[in-house]
Amino acid sequence: MNFWDYLGNRHQQLLMDAYQHASAVFQCMVVATAIGVLIGVLTYRSEWAGNLATTLTSTILTVPSLAMIGLLIPIVGLGVAPTVTALILYGLLPIVRNSIVGLRGVDPTLVDAAKGIGMSRLHRLVRIELPLAWPPILTGIRVSTQMLMGIAAIAAYASGPGLGNEIFRGIASLGSKNALNQVLAGTLGIIVLALLFDAAYVLIGRLTIPRGIRV
Amino acid sequence: MSETSDTTAATPEDPAPAPATTTGATIDLENLTKRYPGSGDPAVDSVNMEIKAGEIVIFVGPSGCGKSTTLKMINRLIEPTSGRIRINGEDVTDIDPVKLRRKVGYAIQSSGLFPHMTVAQNIALVPKMVGWGKSKIKSRVEEMLDLVGLDPAEFHGRYPRQLSGGQQQRVGVARALAADPPVLLMDEPFGAVDPITRDHLQDELIRLQHELHKTIVFVTHDFDEAIKLGDRIAVLRERSHIAQFDTPEAILTNPADDFVSGFVGAGAALKRLNLTRVRDVEMADVPTVTVDDPLQEIFDKLRASGTNELLLLDKRGRPYKWLRRGDLMRAKGSLARAGTLVHDTVTRDATLRDALEAVLTDNAGRVAVTGRRGEYTGVVDMETLMNSVHEMLEADRLEAMEHQHELEEQRAQLTQAAQEGTAGEAKA
Repeated sequence: MNFWDYLGNRHQQLLMDAYQHASAVFQCMVVATAIGVLIGVLTYRSEWAGNLATTLTSTILTVPSLAMIGLLIPIVGLGVAPTVTALILYGLLPIVRNSIVGLRGVDPTLVDAAKGIGMSRLHRLVRIELPLAWPPILTGIRVSTQMLMGIAAIAAYASGPGLGNEIFRGIASLGSKNALNQVLAGTLGIIVLALLFDAAYVLIGRLTIPRGIRV
Repeated sequence: MSETSDTTAATPEDPAPAPATTTGATIDLENLTKRYPGSGDPAVDSVNMEIKAGEIVIFVGPSGCGKSTTLKMINRLIEPTSGRIRINGEDVTDIDPVKLRRKVGYAIQSSGLFPHMTVAQNIALVPKMVGWGKSKIKSRVEEMLDLVGLDPAEFHGRYPRQLSGGQQQRVGVARALAADPPVLLMDEPFGAVDPITRDHLQDELIRLQHELHKTIVFVTHDFDEAIKLGDRIAVLRERSHIAQFDTPEAILTNPADDFVSGFVGAGAALKRLNLTRVRDVEMADVPTVTVDDPLQEIFDKLRASGTNELLLLDKRGRPYKWLRRGDLMRAKGSLARAGTLVHDTVTRDATLRDALEAVLTDNAGRVAVTGRRGEYTGVVDMETLMNSVHEMLEADRLEAMEHQHELEEQRAQLTQAAQEGTAGEAKA
């Protein structure tokens, strides 16, 4: 059976896996973005808190993903839970770091001007600082998503959802006639998903970055 | 320029169609002090100042003297360590700073416009925050753009980066004035634009102030800018100590000490020329004729006047050509090619310095003065300029002496009062 036949035979299963993969990554990204930006907002104004947040999140990233999921299984069990937890944790670093960098990079004279014309702290954050820091934050989200696409494949190790199952099945049955096809289908599927997401981010950038600060 | 406290004066051709224009408020600073933790000397040491409603007060001083800090304490961007701030008699030292700042316009160097918002959105910020209605905000934005000399239709939807430095600064001023605050604080607003644009912006500010009568506190390190704009100037030395707080005229002619005179710099008499307008001096008159007059009449007029020169006006009464006796002889029946064209004129609002410049560059040493629509109103030459400058300096000197005398008397009275232990004027 060549690769195309394989795709034809298994397309339903593959689409299901791809959908679950995408959906897992998407949902984790939403949560990671919310948490990451929140951490950024809470810490960027203090030198040490911001550095601490960046260091902590980058430490998480140094833990090998397989080990991370392995460590999570005894705590949260098998299936969706360890997948989601791991993905969110890994997704944090680029978002936290770019949020902090972006928020710190807002021209202090603009913040001063905002204060001077009578904007409250919250108003300043929502109307001035976050919109101006949005391009770097969005870049962080993009990088995070790319990363999570790959890491999500490992989730199959803990019986998680997604295209990783395909890859793991192939690896487990190495030597059998469909092994290569399975690994290939899983990998290519992830690449295609990653590209689609990336395209979506370009579109989001177009729609959400105000014309005045678009480069 | 002694129209300092003249806020009640009727504003001619006041344009404000929508909201009635709020005029200035008084600002009183009482022992205002800023001490940063960890440093021995205070950054601003016990500033006392009374600013009248509707006047432009300039803080000028070397960099690091605390002038900016003092300004920022007025809207409490920097919280004073001690002392009181009163705006229109109301103590604002402890009210919610956000509320205070919405009542006090604030314009800064390089405009501080938010790059992700359009010009209109930038201007609408404060009115929106204080809860104006949509349609009121919309018309106000147009009105403000108009006020600062930008075409609303063209600039409304632009982003700050699509504007030149001068235009950005105008929008910055429009934003500061949008909610019609009685007080406007300006922190070196024209520091980052080129000299020509700066000059324009200064003229615009003077024009605006003629219409609006806000109380403006303006920080600069440029003494010439201070002279040009200020009703009164506070020359500050380190820790915001007031070296002298007086009218530009008084500071120029009678600097309080070496520090002030050092800051005034050389050429005080020349700078003084910036303070007087052509309309304030006596103008000379030359005989005029119009292009429609018959040649014979022009001859007669020249002969009758006993001067050597005539000014030929065009159909709308604007200076057109200088005609000399010799030109007319050679004219031979037609004026088309006779005489020299008028190159340069000054308006009645031009400063004497501009007039002097024009007189010096003119090869015959005189320049025609024009009115509002460019019509001829008189002539200024070297002699009239010299005379008025002499008179002016003499008057300044007398006034300064009188002023000093007064101050000394006051001081003497105060000392006496203090010695007698009667705290005379305790109520404010």
